[in-house]
Amino acid sequence: MKTLARYLSLYAAMWRNSVTREMSFKLNFVLWIVVELLWFALQLVFMSVLYSHTDSIAGWSKWEVVMLVGCANFIQQLFTAFFLTNLTDISEHIRTGKLDFMLLLPVNTRFLVSLRKVDLGSYINSACALAVMAYAAWRLDFTPTAVQVAGFAVMALAGLTVHYSLMFLLVTTSFWTVRAQGVVYGYYNLFNIARLPDSAFPRGAFKAFFTFGLPMLLVSNVPVKVLLGKLGSPWEMAMLAGMAGACLGVSELVWRWSLRHYTSASS
Amino acid sequence: MTKYLHVLSIGVQNTLVYRVNFLFRAAFGLVPLMGTLYVWRAIYAGKADGEQIGAYTLSGMVSYYLLVNFVDALTAVAEDDWQIAADIKDGNISQFLLKPIDYLAYRLCLYLSGRAIYTGVALVPVAAFTYLLRADFTWPADAGTAGLFLLSVLMAGLIQFFLAYTLALLAFWVLDVSTFIFIQFAFEYLASGHLFPLDLLPAWLAQMLKLTPYPYLCWFPVSVYLGRVTGPELWTGLAIQAAWVVAGYALARHVWARGIRKYSAVGG
Repeated sequence: MKTLARYLSLYAAMWRNSVTREMSFKLNFVLWIVVELLWFALQLVFMSVLYSHTDSIAGWSKWEVVMLVGCANFIQQLFTAFFLTNLTDISEHIRTGKLDFMLLLPVNTRFLVSLRKVDLGSYINSACALAVMAYAAWRLDFTPTAVQVAGFAVMALAGLTVHYSLMFLLVTTSFWTVRAQGVVYGYYNLFNIARLPDSAFPRGAFKAFFTFGLPMLLVSNVPVKVLLGKLGSPWEMAMLAGMAGACLGVSELVWRWSLRHYTSASS
Repeated sequence: MTKYLHVLSIGVQNTLVYRVNFLFRAAFGLVPLMGTLYVWRAIYAGKADGEQIGAYTLSGMVSYYLLVNFVDALTAVAEDDWQIAADIKDGNISQFLLKPIDYLAYRLCLYLSGRAIYTGVALVPVAAFTYLLRADFTWPADAGTAGLFLLSVLMAGLIQFFLAYTLALLAFWVLDVSTFIFIQFAFEYLASGHLFPLDLLPAWLAQMLKLTPYPYLCWFPVSVYLGRVTGPELWTGLAIQAAWVVAGYALARHVWARGIRKYSAVGG
């Protein structure tokens, strides 16, 4: 309990630092929010263009898909708010030797490298994504029950864990490859399929890989299906939760193993 | 002229260092493409056999996206805009003002060599992927069409470069150009037909977009390849594209001239 309180107060301090940092470039702060909103709008435009030529895609109606795109964006923005910049910075920490300094601090290093900076604009963007989801629900004439909302929250958290763990796992490779830029770019491509309805993918290697390997097709599909009561079977929930746990576990193992083989750079 | 040949060869050597990165980039880039194609297949599966969407059959649609991917590999600016902005911010361009070398020509050489290497590397996964989908892939009607397609891609590349160059020159006035680059890119992604063929939009909207240079970056070359623009429409299209190349060049020169007056050689 005492440790938890200590880490919470640490995180609060990081929050304050981030606010100060962001507010020194106010225009830039607003512009980044605009950039993210534009890309979100672009995905919605794409879907609405698709639905101007069809009524249903693999059993998903227009507003259900809007909800899916909203949910994918919600999770992605939360991921950005908490983790993204920090994770992309890790390879820089390794390259410049800053990691040595962090390893010496009396806190869990993974906690520190994962949560050091907070991306404030992304909170606003995730709120926008929620608003789009709410609008879609209204267009569907659908009011979720408290249980459905709770299920959605838990599953979204599991989705967030998947993104975090996989990205963390990927940047850990920069202990060997030094440049992680390509990795970040690569992961952004994966976000793209997380917002597509899973039933559009026929059974096969592609679907299997992105369900059991990199579970992109579960991350936002399952939360939305829970919310809309669209689940094929409750197993889907267990699967996302299980994959989230597995990804987190594997990433922790690889991280520990990498640290044990870390010999520091320059400095 | 020989000095620019040297720049080209330096550019080739520098980008060759990133070949593995390029390979990953090109291979990873196929994932969202596959996702999009699966969604299109699902849409066509819900239609009657042979029914068209925006005058595209399923094969036409698949070919469209594969060609977009191909044009993208050939023309997209990778790091050029960031590097130009950084050169200005860090004062590196001072040396170009002193040397008998033109910065725009210098950057163009680097862009061309970068694209050549990237395309060379990307060809492996892209060709493999196209081979997998060969049943739905259409070849150009004749050699003439293929030639005009390549001409159109070349012009698209030039417009793309001048656009990125001009945008990066904003670094003369603002501290961080990345937001501007991303905002522009978002528009480009939609208006160039990268996300979906512009023929799917309501006619008035597509018509309006065609007044901007964006469709000539991607939609137009691909439509030339697929034989969707022919006859007089083809020739006027190519003429408009050429006009955008000239306009892009003039704008790049103009903005540079304005910027250089503002330039204070920080840190140079």
